[in-house]
Amino acid sequence: MKAELSIDIHHLTRVEGHGNVVVRVEDGKIKEARWDVVETPRFFEVMLKGKHYTTAGILTARICGICSIGHCLASLRATEHAFGVEIPETARKLRMLAKHGETLQSHYLHILFLAAPDFLGLPSVLPLLETKPEIVALAAKLKNLGNRICDAVAGRTTHPVSLQVGGVALMPERKVLEGLRQDLASSLEGIKAVADIVKTFELPDFTRETEFVSLKGEKEYPFIGGRLVSTDGVDRAEADYREMTNEYVTDANTSKWCKLSRQSFTVGALARLNLNFGRLHVEARRLATDFGLAPVNHNPFMNNVAQLIECVHCTYESMRIIDELLGQAPGPIMADVRPRAGRGVGAVEVPRGILYHEYEYDKDGRIERANCVIPTTQNNANIHLDLASLAEKFHALGKEKLELLCAMLVRSYDPCISCSVH
Amino acid sequence: MQYLGIELKKPRIAVFDFTSCEGCELQLANKEETLPDFLRAIEIVRFREVSSEERDDYEIAVIEGAVTRADEVDRLEKIRNRAAVVVALGSCACFGGVNKLKNAFDLPAANREVYGDKPKETLPARPIRKVVPVDLEIPGCPVSKAEVERLIQHVALDVPFQLPAYPVCGECKQRFTVCMIQKGHLCLGPVTRAGCNAPCPAGGIGCWGCRGPSRDVNLPGFRDAAARLGYGEAEIDERLNLFGGFEGTR
Repeated sequence: MKAELSIDIHHLTRVEGHGNVVVRVEDGKIKEARWDVVETPRFFEVMLKGKHYTTAGILTARICGICSIGHCLASLRATEHAFGVEIPETARKLRMLAKHGETLQSHYLHILFLAAPDFLGLPSVLPLLETKPEIVALAAKLKNLGNRICDAVAGRTTHPVSLQVGGVALMPERKVLEGLRQDLASSLEGIKAVADIVKTFELPDFTRETEFVSLKGEKEYPFIGGRLVSTDGVDRAEADYREMTNEYVTDANTSKWCKLSRQSFTVGALARLNLNFGRLHVEARRLATDFGLAPVNHNPFMNNVAQLIECVHCTYESMRIIDELLGQAPGPIMADVRPRAGRGVGAVEVPRGILYHEYEYDKDGRIERANCVIPTTQNNANIHLDLASLAEKFHALGKEKLELLCAMLVRSYDPCISCSVH
Repeated sequence: MQYLGIELKKPRIAVFDFTSCEGCELQLANKEETLPDFLRAIEIVRFREVSSEERDDYEIAVIEGAVTRADEVDRLEKIRNRAAVVVALGSCACFGGVNKLKNAFDLPAANREVYGDKPKETLPARPIRKVVPVDLEIPGCPVSKAEVERLIQHVALDVPFQLPAYPVCGECKQRFTVCMIQKGHLCLGPVTRAGCNAPCPAGGIGCWGCRGPSRDVNLPGFRDAAARLGYGEAEIDERLNLFGGFEGTR
């Protein structure tokens, strides 16, 4: 067999945004293996200049159609830090519930609609409408539950409306929360069915040791704010996020790249799991054990499994939060907000990893300078280096199989490419 | 498949993404209660975000996003040549959307600020109708899936498709949402085209005008009313400019 092949994936499918994969093997040697982000830049950091603080969360939600709630929450947190605003406890719970709703809809979308077809030998889920409609119905039902949580708490699933600087604008009706509580409990059966499907997936046997970065959970599995940690022992305060991200510009990419202790690092569900395993709900840990997933796991394809494990965690946590909300008088949901000059940082674990927003405000509450660092931006260098290792290990399988493996590798990161360029 | 005894034309549809957040495409996979019906009523021949199938025999091209780079102009022209019907999906495709906010800045300076000495190619953001003729438009940030479904009924069954001419206020009344303006909020509901079912006022904030102006809009009257509530010109303009739909409206 001639040890020569060339892969050129233009605008990879079943991912958010536009990215290309190029691999060239000559004489059995990897000559080139590249991940290029070619998405058009939108210049959000520039658009934000001069904008009023009430606009920031609404505008930056539009950075991403899938994790708009995460962007909004990071934006609000940055602004609240700049103004020294402490949000009420009930608002904190409601925001976390919206966050879980988004994580559920995004993870189910990725696992079942974007990643699963590769493992089932299909171009998309659409053929399943005829062959296995019950799987499509299950996927739709689970994703819908995540979306309904977002609708109830954030007023809308994509581009939230009720999440505002100082807290939340609305308390969901009691009967809506009760309905969600009931449906979350019955969705546990559905998650089991999904786990059974995922157990049939043959995850490629591939590892490349890397550094993982996430928020650190002090009392609970982390989603909103806290210290920033890595598996190489880095530990920083939220406000010092730039020391974790170290963004730089490359020639071939419209998205920036990042590095920390090594040439690359990873954020996302697998990173969160690797760094906070003990904080997962006991049932989520049980499922991890079923899949043989224990920290620190260096197989990027395991991110698919890590997302499923987080779905279990987020389902139980959502039920707990709803029980707390139903079991007490609602209390205030909005703090008093007074703009002041200053800088604030907000770090939030969105479905694809840790997201940072940073704003500098003038005394009237208008933005003078903004910076947003996106999870996929932080993953780009790691995807790039993984591709070379993957090609090294599997090029003997031939062009067709390697091309599929490369596409599956990138999809495992669940990249949010237009978000990474913003 | 039949509807009222009429055989459905199963339109061949392709979905394309230009400069955007891809949130409008995501809406196509939402409203899960009717999702299997929706997917069976159409034939998706190309939809990069959810399928690896890539065919070019589409009749209807659904476009999300604005045009902000030369390669997007070429791509859009090719799509226009192949498609019988071009649909602009969402405020970015219809008006330029939030992308247009960058047009107010010096673009080389913006590039230096974000990318330093490695600037990236970029053009002022434009709606797709400024590049190719567009047959149907669904504004919104994001679009309402219910409106997308009505558009599918239109192309599959010739059911008339029309955006509401009236403003968002009608929909707040319909769903018994207390008027945000009466509560003292800045709300573009009185001047914005309905069809979204007014989720923002129902969610506790005023309307941000993402669907652009309703018919025969009285903007000077609205400005007077907003000023009487204590909102300054800068604040009103920031709101009107956010999604690009009010550009050129007096």
